[in-house]
Amino acid sequence: MSPADARGRITRHPIIIPPEGRRVEFTFNGHVMEGREGEVLSSALFANGIHIFGHHHKDGGAQGIYCANGQCSQCALIIDGVPLKSCIVPLKEGMELHSVEGLPELLETDPPDVNAPEIHETDVLIVGAGPAGMAAAVELGRTGLKVILVDDKDRLGGKLVLQTHKFFGSVADCHAGTRGIEIARLLSEQIAALASIDVWLEGIVLAVFSDRTVGIRLPEGYRIVKPKYLLVSAGAREKFLSFPGNDLPGVYGAGAFQTLVNRDLVRCAERIFVIGGGNVGLIAAYHALQADMTIIGIAEALPVCSGYLVHADKIKRFGVPIYTKHTVLTAHGGEHVEAVTIAQVDDSFRAIMGTEMTFRIDTLLVAVGLDPVNEFYLKAKEYGMNAVLAGDAEEIAEASAAMFSGRIRGLEIARALNASTQEVKDDWKEKAEILKSPGGKVHPYRVPERTEGVYPILHCNQEIPCNPCMTVCPKGLICTDGHPILGLPKFDGVCVGCEKCVSICPGLAVTLVDWRKSKDTPTVTVPFEFGEWILSVGQEVTVTNREGKPLGTAVLREIKKPPGTPRTLLLKLETPADIANRIVGVRIQDPAKLHAEAEAWSVCTPDDAIVCRCERVTAGEIRDHLRNGLRDLNELKALTRAGFGACGGKTCKALIVRICREEGIPEGEITPFTERPLFAETRLGYFSGRKQVE
Amino acid sequence: MKRSYDVIVIGAGSVGTPLSMSLAEHKISVLCIDSNSSAGQGNNKCAIGGIRATHSEPAKVSLCLHSIETFRTWKDCYGDDIGWFQGGYTYVAYDEGVASLLKGMIPKQQARGLNIRWLGPDELKGIVPGINPHGLLGGTYSPEDGSANPMESNYAICRRARRLGADFLFRERVTGLNITGNRIAGVRTDRGEFACGAVVNCAGSLAKEVGALAGVDLPVEPDCHEAGITEPVQRFFNPMVVDLRQSPASANYYFFQYDTGQIVFCLTPEPPILGYSTQETSSFLPLIASRMVDLYPRLANLKVRRTWRGNYPQTPDGSPILDNVGPENHYIAVGMCGQGFMLGPGVGDLLARMIAGRLTNDDAAIARALRLERPFSSKEALK
Repeated sequence: MSPADARGRITRHPIIIPPEGRRVEFTFNGHVMEGREGEVLSSALFANGIHIFGHHHKDGGAQGIYCANGQCSQCALIIDGVPLKSCIVPLKEGMELHSVEGLPELLETDPPDVNAPEIHETDVLIVGAGPAGMAAAVELGRTGLKVILVDDKDRLGGKLVLQTHKFFGSVADCHAGTRGIEIARLLSEQIAALASIDVWLEGIVLAVFSDRTVGIRLPEGYRIVKPKYLLVSAGAREKFLSFPGNDLPGVYGAGAFQTLVNRDLVRCAERIFVIGGGNVGLIAAYHALQADMTIIGIAEALPVCSGYLVHADKIKRFGVPIYTKHTVLTAHGGEHVEAVTIAQVDDSFRAIMGTEMTFRIDTLLVAVGLDPVNEFYLKAKEYGMNAVLAGDAEEIAEASAAMFSGRIRGLEIARALNASTQEVKDDWKEKAEILKSPGGKVHPYRVPERTEGVYPILHCNQEIPCNPCMTVCPKGLICTDGHPILGLPKFDGVCVGCEKCVSICPGLAVTLVDWRKSKDTPTVTVPFEFGEWILSVGQEVTVTNREGKPLGTAVLREIKKPPGTPRTLLLKLETPADIANRIVGVRIQDPAKLHAEAEAWSVCTPDDAIVCRCERVTAGEIRDHLRNGLRDLNELKALTRAGFGACGGKTCKALIVRICREEGIPEGEITPFTERPLFAETRLGYFSGRKQVE
Repeated sequence: MKRSYDVIVIGAGSVGTPLSMSLAEHKISVLCIDSNSSAGQGNNKCAIGGIRATHSEPAKVSLCLHSIETFRTWKDCYGDDIGWFQGGYTYVAYDEGVASLLKGMIPKQQARGLNIRWLGPDELKGIVPGINPHGLLGGTYSPEDGSANPMESNYAICRRARRLGADFLFRERVTGLNITGNRIAGVRTDRGEFACGAVVNCAGSLAKEVGALAGVDLPVEPDCHEAGITEPVQRFFNPMVVDLRQSPASANYYFFQYDTGQIVFCLTPEPPILGYSTQETSSFLPLIASRMVDLYPRLANLKVRRTWRGNYPQTPDGSPILDNVGPENHYIAVGMCGQGFMLGPGVGDLLARMIAGRLTNDDAAIARALRLERPFSSKEALK
C-alpha cells in the first residue's frame, strides 16, 4: 500500500471488505498516479487526493463530484481526448486524464468502438435493478416471461450495494435484519437462476420515444427496445438546497457520499457536516462514522429529526450533535468547501439572525429528501405504452417497501400478459403499505428496574415497520400487543441470554443486562458496528443512555463476534449497577471537540446560491425574472439558460419550483419546463455505429 | 390592456413577434395574441437558428438579406445578445447532380445581392476542417449568412415591441372573427373580444385553421422535423453545413456550431411526415448520426445533449405566402416552410409597410411573387 493509498482510501472497514484489484498507472494533467483497475475514474482521483476536476467555462467555478451517479456532469474529465463523466468510466492502465478547463476541444480521436444500433423485442423491460426492479424481475422470471433488466451501474442492486446497515421491516417479507449489501447478493442469485431474464448492466436509458420504444446505450452499442410492458423502478434522486456556496466541491448529496465510501472505499472526507436529519442523512452519518470519519454535526430544520427515532438516537449515542430547528446559511471556501455556517430558524423556517454558528469542515452532505425518477414512466404514458412504476420511482419509502412493491408490480404485469393466474393477495398490498409507513407513534420510554438475572432491554419506543427481534428470539419471548410489524416489541419470560436480539436489531437498540455474575458490576452487552481496532479490551469507555447523554464509564471486558449476524460485534461492558439498565451505547466521538468557531463568519446573500449547476445560474437571477412577472419556465430557461445544461434540469427544476413557491406564485400560473430527451448525453458515434454483431 | 387596436396579430412566433415590433415602429397600435404562455413557444423554439439569404426564390433572398441586417446589428442597436454569429453557409456537393444544381443558382442569387461563390474541395476543407474528403467536389459558400439563438432573439424582439407600445396577450386562444360586410370588426378569444382595424394571420402551423376563420383557404400543411443539440465545445468550424443528398428515409440534413459552442442539427425526413406531432421518434438519431459522422468523422465523439421535434408549415412551392386577401383588412404571413425564424424580421417589416400603406416598388415585387393567388409552380430548390 503506497502512502497515497493510506491517505485516500479506506483500508479497513467494520462491515465491508475493501475490494482487491490490480494496481495500474494513469496520468492526471501529466502527473503519474496509481489506481485500482476497473474502479471509476472519479474515485481513483479522490484516492489520489484530487477533488477538483476542472473549472466552469462561464465563470471559472471549480467543478468536482456532485452526484457520483452518472446523472449530473460536474465530474467531467478529458479522458484520452474525449470529455466524459468520470464517475461512470472504469480505470484502465495508461489512461490520460485532464481536467476540463473552460470549454473542451473536440479532438480528432477514434470514434467509440460500438456495434450498429439493434432493435430488441421483449415482454417486459425493467428500468433500474435496485430493490424494486430486482424483486419484480424475480417475480416475472418465474413465469418464464422474457425480461430485460437494465441498470446503469456495473452491478445489480441499485442503492442496496451502498447499504451497509441492517434493514428494518419484517424478516419474513423483506429480509429485515439483513444488510442491504447482502440483500443485493441474495436477489442477484435468484435472478441469475432464472433463464428468461436478460440483465443489461451499464445500460443507460436515454429516452422513451413516441413510437413506443426505449433507447438504451450499452457499452457495446445503442439498442432500441420494444417492450410489451415497461416497469420503471429507477429509484430516486436527491433533492438539493439553494444556499450560497452550494456549488463548491465538497458539497454533495448523501447518496454520492455513500457511493464514494461504501462502494468505492474512498476516503473522501475527514470532517463532515450533514444538512437534513431524515433517514438518509442519519444513515449517511452512520456510514461516515463506520469509515472513521468525524461527523461535526447534523442540522435539521424541523423541531425533531424526520427520520426514525432509533436512527437519530443511535447517531446521538456515538457523540454526534444534532442541531434541530437549524438550517444552513452559507458554505464557505474558495476552490473547495472549508466551513459551513448554520443558524436557528423560526416557525416559518426563516433564519434567526444572531444565532449563526460556523464549523470547520471539508465536506458538507445535503440530505434533504428524495424525488422519484419517473420521467420515463410519464413519457411512456404520454405515448400510450403499458407502463407502471415501482419502488421509490413511485413513492419514496424504505427499500423494504420497494421490494414489496416490485413483487406486486411484477405479478400484476405477469397477469396482464396472461403468464400468471396468481392473485395479488390483499395482505401483500397491506404489507406494502405498512412497510412504507414513516416513523409512527412515540411511546413513553421506560427501562425495567430489575437487578437480577439476565434479560434484554428493548430501547425502542417508536412504532416503525420492524420486527426482527420478535422473529429471532428462540424462546419466542419478544412479542407485541400491537400490530405484528409496527407494534412496539415487549420482552416477557425467562431469557436464555443468547444475545440474538442484540445482534439483529437494525436500530442497535437492544441491550442484554446480566446480573448473574455480579450484583455490583453487572455485564451489559451492547451491539457495535465500528472497527474493533478503535477499542481495546480492558479500556474504559463512555457509556450513554438512549439519547446519547453520558451516564458514566464502563470497562470493556470482551469484544465478541457472534455467529449468524455477520460483522455486528457485541461489547461486553462491566458497568456500575445504578446505570446498567439505562446503558444503550458507547460514545465514539467527543462532542466537546466538535465546537463551532469562536465567531461566526460573514454569510452571503441567498441570491448568490447556484440553482442551475450546469449553467451556473443563481437564485438571484431567477427571482429577478419572477418578480418581473415571468411565469413560463421555458422562457426562464431561454433567458437564463437554467435547465439547458448537460443534466437536463435534474437538480434545478425542483429548486426553481421551490423558489416560485417562496415568491408566493400560485402553481397554476406556472408553465413547467418541456421535457425532452436525452436523459444522459451520448456520443453521436453510438448512434452511427456500423460494426455488425458477430 | 385596451379592448380596441389598429391591428391584431394572431401568433407571437418567429413572424408575429417581429411584425408586432415593426407595426409599433410605425406607431400603429397592435395586440399580439398567442395561446402559449410566452413568445416563441410554438415552433420558434424548435428552430435551430440558421439564418441565410441563400435561397433559389429571389423574393426570399431579398427578405432574408433584410433579416440578416436586423440580426447582425441587433446587439449594437438594442444591446441584447441574441447569439448572432456570421459563420456563413456551405452547401456541399459529393455528386455532380448537387454540384450543378448549386452552381446553376449562383448567378441569380448574386444578382439579388447575395455574397455567394463556389469553393473547390481544398477551399472547402479549409472552412470545414476534417470534412470527409472522399468524393468531395466542393460547395457553395455564402459568408454573410449566419445564425442566432431563436428563443433569445424572439424574446429580445418581443421586449422591444413592448417598449414601443405593442401589447402581448398569452394563454388566450383566438376562436373567431367578427366579420361585418367585407371587414373584420373584431377578434373573439376564449376569454373575451377585441375590436380591431386589421388582422394578421401569423399562426404558423395553425395558419390554415386561422385562415378558415376569415373564410380564406390557405394551402399550408405542416410536416414534422426532428433536431438535436450537442454539448458545447471550442469552435472548430464556422459555417452551417448543408448536405442535399438523398438517402433512405431522409432528404437533406444540416448542422452548425452555435456561438456558445454547441452543434445543432436537423434532418428532413423523406417521404415527409405530415402532421402536427412534436413527439420524438427513435429513428431520428441513428439516421442523422450516420450521415453526420460519415460527412464529418470527428463528430463521432461529440455528445448529443437534447433532441426535439417541430413543425414546418409547408406551402406547395416552398415559399411563404404574404398577402392581403379575403376580408379587406385581413392579412396573411404564413407558410414559412420551416424558415420563419430567418424570414421573420424581413417579412415583419414588409407586412408592416403593407398595412401602413407604404410599400416600396421592391416590396410590391416581393409581395406579388409571394401572393396567395400564384401558380405555386416554381419550387424552392433549397428548402
